[in-house]
Amino acid sequence: MADSETQREAVLDALDNVAERLAEEKEYLTDLDSAIGDADHGANMQRGFGKAADKREEFAEMEPNEVVKNVGTTLISNVGGAAGPLYGGSIMFASQEFEDGITAETSVAFAEAYLDKVKDRGGAQVGAKTMVDALVPAVHTYKKSVEQDDLPPLEALAKAVDAAERGVAFTVPIKAMKGRASFLDWRSVGHQDPGATSTLFILEELLATAEEYLDGEVDRDARAEDAVGRDE
Amino acid sequence: MIGLVVVSHSAKAAEGIAEVAAQMGGGNARIVPAGGDEDGIGTSPDRIREGIAEADDGDGVVVLVDLGSAVMNAELAIEMAMDSEAVIADAPILEGTLNAAVETTSKKATLDSVVERAEDARDYRKLN
Repeated sequence: MADSETQREAVLDALDNVAERLAEEKEYLTDLDSAIGDADHGANMQRGFGKAADKREEFAEMEPNEVVKNVGTTLISNVGGAAGPLYGGSIMFASQEFEDGITAETSVAFAEAYLDKVKDRGGAQVGAKTMVDALVPAVHTYKKSVEQDDLPPLEALAKAVDAAERGVAFTVPIKAMKGRASFLDWRSVGHQDPGATSTLFILEELLATAEEYLDGEVDRDARAEDAVGRDE
Repeated sequence: MIGLVVVSHSAKAAEGIAEVAAQMGGGNARIVPAGGDEDGIGTSPDRIREGIAEADDGDGVVVLVDLGSAVMNAELAIEMAMDSEAVIADAPILEGTLNAAVETTSKKATLDSVVERAEDARDYRKLN
């Protein structure tokens, strides 16, 4: 396990990368949200993660789990809407899994605790056209890859990101059953869920950060082609 | 006395509901509106938490909510407001707050009885 200081640096870098990515994707997320929601997801996520990233100096002396917890509370106070409690509250809750540091094992526990909290708080199951559609495949794939296939965390995370990507695609052709989009009933079909999409962006940035710290590189395009071409 | 917090996406709606309910409670009920967020329409866990602290005189608080993020942010605010005992009533926000306001002014009111009276409003019909 990397020392506590390296773990904290990795968490802070991940936070910076996520904040930067969400700022880049602000317009895109807003476009997705204006089709089936209230057009604030891009601005909300940018503001929330931006505020958290601004606290880098404040976080500089904390233990890694405390940094993660404080990212959660910052999101709760600054994201707004349902995304505040769903992202912020779940990160805050899951941060306790990192009390003894960040390892392959505790990262699986974190992912599961995060997913449980999102499902519990939001009440959505797979197929409701929400962030759960990206999270469930990502978390299940990560857990299985680490615990049963004994893959290194970086490889497991890459598989999880691929799974989340397919989950995001799955939100397009289905009808919303939860959240504001559900009020649109059949009109929600054909639109991609903003929450599932921002979840994927966050996972992609966690992967990019993990590549730096775990000293590896994953060619996602090549592997995706492998997966598609397997039965041909 | 048990306090009430009214959580609506609209600050004005929360204030208006609190106003109507205060009249039903004979002016004695402790009703705190906690609607809207920093940008206007929305709900804020920090505002709700402050509302719970303001409404609580030690006997606990019942939170009335409209929908969606109001429910999630109220749950989160309750988890963060460790010093107060607070529960959410699963009731229509206007009718539920009115019922709850009346019940809180009863000498025998408990958190359970206030929640129960608020939730009675789920079955109200407007016609016949």
